Amino acid sequence: MSEVQREELNYDVVIVGAGPAGLSTAIKLKQLDTNLSICVLEKASEVGAHILSGNVFETKALDELIPNWKVLNSPINTSVTSEDFLFYTKTKSMKVPNLFLPNVLKNHGNYIISLSNLCKWLGEFAENLGVEIFPGFAASKLLYDNDQKVIGVQTGDMGLDKNFKPKDNYEPGINIKGKVTVLSEGCRGHLGKEVLKKFNLDSNNKSPQQYGIGFKEIWEINSENHQLGKVSHSVGWPLESDTYGGSFCYHAENNQIYLGYVIGLDYKNPYLSPYDEFQQFKTHPDIKKLLEGGKRISYGARALIEGGLQSLPQMYMPGALLIGCDAGTLNMPKIKGSHTAMKSGIIAAEVINDHINSNKELSEYESKFKNSWVYEELYKARNVKPSFQWGLIPAMIFTGLDQKIFGGKLPFTLQHKHADHESLIPAKKAKKITYPKYDGVITFDKPSSVYLSGTNHADDQPNHLLLNDKDLSTNFTIEKYDEPAQRYCPAGVYEVEFDNDLQKKVLKINSQNCIHCKTCDIKEPSQNIEWVTPEGGGGPIYSGT
Amino acid sequence: MKVLVAVKRVVDYKVQIRVKSDNSGVETQNVKMSVNPPDENAIEEAVKLKEQGLANEIISVSIGDDKSQDVLRTSMAMGIDRSILVKSQNTLEPLAVAKTLKIIIDKEKPDLVLMGKQAIDDDSNQTGQILSALLNWPQGCFISNLKIENNKVFISREIDEGIENLETSLPAVLTCDLRLNTPRFASLPNIMKAKKKPLETIDIDTLGIDTSSKIKTLKVIEPPKRKAGIMVNDVKELVQKLKYEAKVI
Amino acid sequence: MSVLVVAEHDNKNLKSSTLNTISAAKKLSEDIHLLILGNKIEDLAKSSKSIQLVKKVIICDHEKLENQIPELSSPIISNLAENYSHILAPSSTFGKNLLPRVSALLDITQISDIIGIESQDTFIRPIYAGNAISYVQTDQKINLMTVRPTSFEKCEETGGDAAVENISFIDSEVKTTFVSREVSKSDRPELGNARVVVSGGRGLENSDNFKLLYDLADKLNAAVGASRAAVDSGYIGNEYQVGQTGKMVAPELYIAVGISGAIQHLAGMKESKVIVAINKDLEAPIFNIADYGLSSDLFQAIPEIIKELDLLNQIES
Ligand SMILES: Cc1cc2nc3c(=O)[nH]c(=O)nc-3n(C[C@H](O)[C@H](O)[C@H](O)COP(=O)(O)OP(=O)(O)OC[C@H]3O[C@@H](n4cnc5c(N)ncnc54)[C@H](O)[C@@H]3O)c2cc1C
Ligand SMILES: Cc1cc2nc3c(=O)[nH]c(=O)nc-3n(C[C@H](O)[C@H](O)[C@H](O)COP(=O)(O)OP(=O)(O)OC[C@H]3O[C@@H](n4cnc5c(N)ncnc54)[C@H](O)[C@@H]3O)c2cc1C
Ligand code: SF4
Repeated sequence: MSEVQREELNYDVVIVGAGPAGLSTAIKLKQLDTNLSICVLEKASEVGAHILSGNVFETKALDELIPNWKVLNSPINTSVTSEDFLFYTKTKSMKVPNLFLPNVLKNHGNYIISLSNLCKWLGEFAENLGVEIFPGFAASKLLYDNDQKVIGVQTGDMGLDKNFKPKDNYEPGINIKGKVTVLSEGCRGHLGKEVLKKFNLDSNNKSPQQYGIGFKEIWEINSENHQLGKVSHSVGWPLESDTYGGSFCYHAENNQIYLGYVIGLDYKNPYLSPYDEFQQFKTHPDIKKLLEGGKRISYGARALIEGGLQSLPQMYMPGALLIGCDAGTLNMPKIKGSHTAMKSGIIAAEVINDHINSNKELSEYESKFKNSWVYEELYKARNVKPSFQWGLIPAMIFTGLDQKIFGGKLPFTLQHKHADHESLIPAKKAKKITYPKYDGVITFDKPSSVYLSGTNHADDQPNHLLLNDKDLSTNFTIEKYDEPAQRYCPAGVYEVEFDNDLQKKVLKINSQNCIHCKTCDIKEPSQNIEWVTPEGGGGPIYSGT
Repeated sequence: MKVLVAVKRVVDYKVQIRVKSDNSGVETQNVKMSVNPPDENAIEEAVKLKEQGLANEIISVSIGDDKSQDVLRTSMAMGIDRSILVKSQNTLEPLAVAKTLKIIIDKEKPDLVLMGKQAIDDDSNQTGQILSALLNWPQGCFISNLKIENNKVFISREIDEGIENLETSLPAVLTCDLRLNTPRFASLPNIMKAKKKPLETIDIDTLGIDTSSKIKTLKVIEPPKRKAGIMVNDVKELVQKLKYEAKVI
Repeated sequence: MSVLVVAEHDNKNLKSSTLNTISAAKKLSEDIHLLILGNKIEDLAKSSKSIQLVKKVIICDHEKLENQIPELSSPIISNLAENYSHILAPSSTFGKNLLPRVSALLDITQISDIIGIESQDTFIRPIYAGNAISYVQTDQKINLMTVRPTSFEKCEETGGDAAVENISFIDSEVKTTFVSREVSKSDRPELGNARVVVSGGRGLENSDNFKLLYDLADKLNAAVGASRAAVDSGYIGNEYQVGQTGKMVAPELYIAVGISGAIQHLAGMKESKVIVAINKDLEAPIFNIADYGLSSDLFQAIPEIIKELDLLNQIES
């Protein structure tokens, strides 16, 4: 394939990913210097189509970026009006009095929004400033010069068949070069992963990175059950107390609720199925009542980056910056990463502008970031997630003290012990979990859910889920862990099948189902699965959700 | 030869259609929109004709609101030379669409009109046929093959029984089946070039045609869900039921 | 008032879609006229006379009408139109090709592909590939409609004695000439428009076992289809895939063998008239939509069905 002729385009700045982070960089750059040429690549078929998020939105960063957003017809309409935090047992729920709630869990002044719609709006805002956004184009490779400096990206080839042979409509990817490349792919970006390794960006971290998987369904519910602006969170049932996670439920416009669940990917039992925990959660009497007579209208899942400050890598490297959730700027106790991602993007723009126009180094990013409110916010939040290694109750007590009494300023930093892929125990030693059958009313099988995500990939294209060792599952993972991919993948991509010819169990990959959540890339116990970009435009359609 | 392609902006075929809860229609707010799939085949065929040197100018026309500019830009990124947007806030019925196109065609005088066989939103499958009748030009519907030689047009049409081959002449109106070709991807440099290609806007009110709806939509509902039938005890019962109850074998 | 049905035929026999369309017309009027445009159709006129629901058969017999070029037939229809409240044609490629031209000539908006008739002026039609159903009303003086054949029963072909009226051919200058028709002639009917489809899923386990399905299909003169799981595992080529990303089929009889019934598969076959599911798992979702479910091992059931069908055939002959 190396002899393919590739066209080349040149920009001042190339941004990978039109999420809150990348779009904030693009907008801020144009505000600082309208003459800069800026290109944003987005693998989704339109801006926002791959954005899956709660979302309770803190406007702090947006206020800085576009101070008059309120008069610009932005899709930010629903203020948080009430909130509660619940502790669930199988049949009961206990309200944690607001008095005891740490400030990070309070949402007064925030808004319930569709982050997908906000990104679409930010995208249009950026285009009006002259930013060139190309949806449907994935950045598949990084380009380096001889000094190993990042000089841009290559877009993915389109129209290859599954054996990499060009089809009628073959269109080779092109090289897009920039003075600076910004990686803002969101959680577990595959180029981000490459630079972390190549430039050793996480060598100074005290803790390995931590992730979670988040699910979200949108339901249109009975108007009697709907309380516009209400925000609820819960912990407890159905998760065992040694698993980090909980639910969210936001009452948005049009009688819709955003119902979701987040589970730490450091769970230990290979039989745990995050998808089924979420489905089961919906059968709690409180939730069942809420959903009664309602209709599910969308489904999606996406990994979240949860390591926080102690896992945050160096965010600059020769020729490039790594920002937002691609680096790990999410505030875990708040489960909010949009405003921090945006702020990290705004800072990036300032640094890049200084770099291009005043010859300053990209390494300025470090100090600018440290002096910003994001850093302070992440510093205060840093001990919450690691305290959950002690179990739910002690962690909640600790968090109460840490956040409420000490305001996150305790003079020590708890560390995350393991990377998520190291946490599984062998299947033999694990307790089997049987989940209830789906009723087709409140709980649904995976194919039905995936259907609502709108995901699709042209079928005759190279598989985008690469196995480093293609027989590892057959020879090892199926035996040792009963192939957990069957359960952690929220889209039914992985199935274990009995191969009649080999007379063995084999791993089957339905890559067409993939909803780009990146969980397999994170959780596979031997790190055997590598997620790479499929043909641009493929994947879920979360537009409007 | 000059070729005109008609393009419609529709809900993307991958989007799961959702009927509005007040039954007034289908949800299109914040829904991903795209070029109507068979229209892409029409665009592709036009671009091919140009590449083969048979066409010297290829233009696209869309009737719709401002957002329909998107699909025209897409067509230009695929290779169309220039576009015309006939701006209309209301959705038109096929007869009105055809009348609108006729006015544009009378002005542009193309030798060939290519369009998709059917729009995947209202599934009418009429516009090409109506247009051909209004223009009194030969009609070729659902084509899966096209050859043009010295003003002679050879087409293969996809019909229920198989394939029908016809010979006709220019000017003509042809509607395209998905099997006609594989539409190309718009490359990134071509998308950029398309942003600079000419796009003319005409207000539909200036054309003096009757665009009012002749058909009123009373309500739109979800398709009724299929219900479970019966379980049979054995093969014998199954075959008997199929033969004598359902009468399908 | 009277209703005109435009017949689809091959100059020898009526296509069954015409019989379905006549049934639809019955919901609108007792006075149904059948219009047959063709070449050498005396015999066809005679046989059509006996359709009980038809009051009059109108014939236009001319060699130029042999191949049903719509440019020639549409003016003949529009010429008759003022006598009718409704003009119906099947929404097959024949009707779709023809009726919109009549709409243009009469300056009347056509309603396509109706699946139900609520009243004289209110009709039901699928939109968005059947993902939504629309109720539409019109007050035009003539209603032009194409009718989805599978939504209406076939009418009886006997029991009547309609009057026959010959009308004269109106010539128009037409630049299109018919070259040939390639009727698909494989051993099995084509998946897209077969009357019976037998589909196999992952339950078949390998491509050799698919032979079982071919045997069954042969007995039923059926096309063979498959689920994505069967296609992906290489049991059968991907042109056989039925579903969201495969073919959409709506046969009279669909037999799903060893298919679980994932929503993406159902998307491609749920419009079938009668669905049979054979699956050993009683909980399989396919049973929720099947008219007849058989919970059994397919390797046992299929050979038995073949045997039963043979028996039936013996009794019949
Ligand atoms: C279930 C859930 C609930 C959440 N709730 C909240 C909440 O209530 N409040 C809150 O503030 N935050 C919440 N978050 C977190 C928030 O969504 C993220 O922090 C935020 O989206 C991060 O922004 P980003 O721009 O860094 O990355 P993303 O939003 O992930 O955007 C990255 C973009 O880059 C694109 N991309 C990736 N790789 C490539 C490539 N190689 N080429 C081209 N394009 C590429 C992606 O398609 C995507 O559009 C939640 C997250 C989840 C999963
Ligand atoms: C974007 C997307 C597009 C898709 N498009 C399509 C599509 O077009 N078409 C499609 O089919 N799928 C499609 N799918 C896949 C779909 O979700 C299912 O995975 C697939 O249909 C399953 O095929 P199956 O029923 O054969 O396999 P399974 O779900 O594995 O079911 C096999 C069934 O066989 C039964 N069985 C096994 N052995 C026997 C036996 N001896 N006797 C009787 N029964 C037995 C089992 O009980 C089981 O119910 C798509 C998915 C996605 C995400
Ligand atoms: S294959 Fe991987 S990235 Fe895709 S949906 Fe499954 S877990 Fe997520």
